[in-house]
Amino acid sequence: MKCFNPRIAIAMVIGFALGLGAVASVSAAKAQKGGILQFVVAGESPSKDGHRETTYATIHPYAPMYSVLIRVNPDDPQSSDFVCDLCKGKVPKPTEGDTKYTFKLVKGVKFHDGTPLTAHDVVATYKKIIFPPQGIPSARKAFFKMVESVTAPDNHTVVFKLKFPSGAFLPALATPYNWIYAKKDLDEHGYNWHRDNVNGSGPFMFVQHQPGALVEGKRNPNYHHKGQPYLDGFKALVAKKMSVRIQAIRGNRAAIEFRGFPPKARDDLVNALGDKLKVQESDWNCSLLATPNHKRKPFDDARVRRALTLAVNRWEGSKYLSKIAIVKTVGGAVFPGHPLAATKEELTQLAGYGTDIEKARKEARQLLVQAGVSNLTIDYNNRDVDQPYKVVGTWLIDQWKQVGLNVKQTVRPTPQFYANLRKSHENDVSIDFNCQSVVNPIADVSKFLCSAGNNYSQCEDPELEAIYDKLLRAASEKEQRSLMRQYEKRALDEQAIMGVTLWWYKINPHRAYVKGWKIAPSHYLNQQLDNVWLDQSMM
Amino acid sequence: MSTPEIAVITDELEEKRSLVAKTWDLCRRQPLGAAGALIVIVMMVAAALANVVSAYDPELNDLEHMLEGPNAWHWMGTDEFGRDILTRIIYGARTALAIGFTAAFLGATGGLVLGVASAYFGGIIDLIVQRIVDVVMAFPLIIMALVVVATLGPGTENVIIAITIPFIPQCARVVRSSALSIREIPYVDAARALGFSNGRIILRHMVPNVMAPYLIMLTAFVGQAILLEAVLSYLGMGVQDPTPAWGLMLKGGAEEFLESAPWVSIFPGLAISLAVFGFNLFGDALRDVLDPKLRRM
Repeated sequence: MKCFNPRIAIAMVIGFALGLGAVASVSAAKAQKGGILQFVVAGESPSKDGHRETTYATIHPYAPMYSVLIRVNPDDPQSSDFVCDLCKGKVPKPTEGDTKYTFKLVKGVKFHDGTPLTAHDVVATYKKIIFPPQGIPSARKAFFKMVESVTAPDNHTVVFKLKFPSGAFLPALATPYNWIYAKKDLDEHGYNWHRDNVNGSGPFMFVQHQPGALVEGKRNPNYHHKGQPYLDGFKALVAKKMSVRIQAIRGNRAAIEFRGFPPKARDDLVNALGDKLKVQESDWNCSLLATPNHKRKPFDDARVRRALTLAVNRWEGSKYLSKIAIVKTVGGAVFPGHPLAATKEELTQLAGYGTDIEKARKEARQLLVQAGVSNLTIDYNNRDVDQPYKVVGTWLIDQWKQVGLNVKQTVRPTPQFYANLRKSHENDVSIDFNCQSVVNPIADVSKFLCSAGNNYSQCEDPELEAIYDKLLRAASEKEQRSLMRQYEKRALDEQAIMGVTLWWYKINPHRAYVKGWKIAPSHYLNQQLDNVWLDQSMM
Repeated sequence: MSTPEIAVITDELEEKRSLVAKTWDLCRRQPLGAAGALIVIVMMVAAALANVVSAYDPELNDLEHMLEGPNAWHWMGTDEFGRDILTRIIYGARTALAIGFTAAFLGATGGLVLGVASAYFGGIIDLIVQRIVDVVMAFPLIIMALVVVATLGPGTENVIIAITIPFIPQCARVVRSSALSIREIPYVDAARALGFSNGRIILRHMVPNVMAPYLIMLTAFVGQAILLEAVLSYLGMGVQDPTPAWGLMLKGGAEEFLESAPWVSIFPGLAISLAVFGFNLFGDALRDVLDPKLRRM
């Protein structure tokens, strides 16, 4: 008989204790109800209408008030795993040669005003998004080029019929801006009513909007995901200055900022708060663009636009700007790292991506001379948001000066910036962005299409449209990849419709008591907040 | 050398000595004013010779040297784009003075014209002008400037307009009170009796007699204008990057780098304080020198 071994006994005791700890931690990780989540938002939303807007400043305060048909899995937002929100069960598989999607809706869902949500509301919503009447902006209309029709055979069934099979359809459908509006509201009040009014079916109900200060929501007791939301409500506090947002988290006036902080801010917060802070980081499906105004001379000349992109030293910018700004990766039109994205070797073949910057700038100067441009002063439109707009904007000005271009920058508050970019076009070049939610390169690159609702360059290029049309129909990844290179070459090099500067990098330091929220590769995703809760023991 | 020639040279020396002695005497009587004048002069010389005294381009990025602390090559360190902070402060003085002097001159001169005209004509004109002045003066200076720049948009020219507008009524009110007493002096009546035009009476007989308050206001306005420009730029409504401007530099530094690179915000802050301090001291001393009551004391 073996003797009693004290080491084994100690190990067993420790193991038991660890096991108990694990059990305790599991039970502590159980979502707690109650509390108001206060978070900071850097910008003021231009309107309350998700269908027309493209900014996080709309998504962060208003997405919690709406439901969508399908969404990225809130418990695993880094995946490309879609789950139903308003639809029932699993996301349906396509039928009829992958050209028909039939969604069965959850029954008993109501809008916040008490109106029952039916398939007719979903159809009315998607008709507004996909086939908007003249004069009604729809920023993601181009995502749905493959859709032929959307119908409701009964009150709880929605059918999307596609013109051709497309892998880009479901990601487009999962875009978090596709808020379901009540048909009644659209019919009675018109397509502009949601710019100023909220009536959704999401986890939180609209309470108030104090312009420039806050948006407040309270728990929707009739939310269709049982047991959720956990929070009693939320307050989205508008704080345009980053220092204010950082201090808000540091001083516990706010628990989180969902967009992202630069590395310096993360380091300062970590040093100050230690284990009271949690940091989540991710690559970001967002690129910062320089959009020339094709209707203004001399930017109607592709040579001048090429000179703009050739002047930019992206590789150096990546190395240094990543220390002070929320940008990092050099990339083309496609989210870097995605199978459809250009390799470094492929990228260096594009104008402005070469590793010999002096050679590129020499070519830029030659192009400007050929275009008859001398002593040009660019009227440059920028957004009054520090990260990364103003940082990258200042860097771009310096880059353009290297090829003899002068720049007069006008920094505008978000609403005026958008008004200028979208409508008045009173600039030669504007900072712009292609921030998408679900990583879906085929849909994401539609921004470069001149027909896209969110392309503000006023360009015209049927050849690019033709390449994109082929891309949409490409069946194999190999074919998609090949067409994507043609698309990039046309959009970023030959026509230089827009210039991609750098891709963003997302850093979210937040109070450790905020639980349930997981970082996504986009600041638009996973913002309904229905699975977020506050750990009262850590507050 | 003949005796008359010696006498002339002696007189010149005497005159020169007396000028130096007068200046020295003034400095002894107004030491703070002299210090203020010295700051103002240094600032003006630095601004005028910015491209001579600075070793770097104020707008050129040098990312390899971003956020370096003060050292032998960059005495005040570098900012987040590797730009030399001392250079940007020197060029920033140019921006501050250009805006400060232009806004102050336009504001004070506008006030001078309005104030003298209001006092001279009196009656309904005076009543209307003064009520408008009352309304404009009811708004705090910074609020008024913010309203104007928010309406016109950011940019150097608009900042000058935004600062000039609130200055006009301030100067008009002070000048009017001086002009009112001058209007009652018999020589103005005499000029009128001789049939001189209103314009001639105002320009030849009234304006020269209100120059003292005008100059005092002008000097005070320069300091205020520099501060206002810094405030507007700090709020993102003034001068735009990459133009070197102290308020803008302070904003960039204080926003992100106060803890990790404090020099980015400390030096522009010091420059603003010193400049405003200098102009205020100089303005106070000027008031003391030009005010006959204080001079007698």
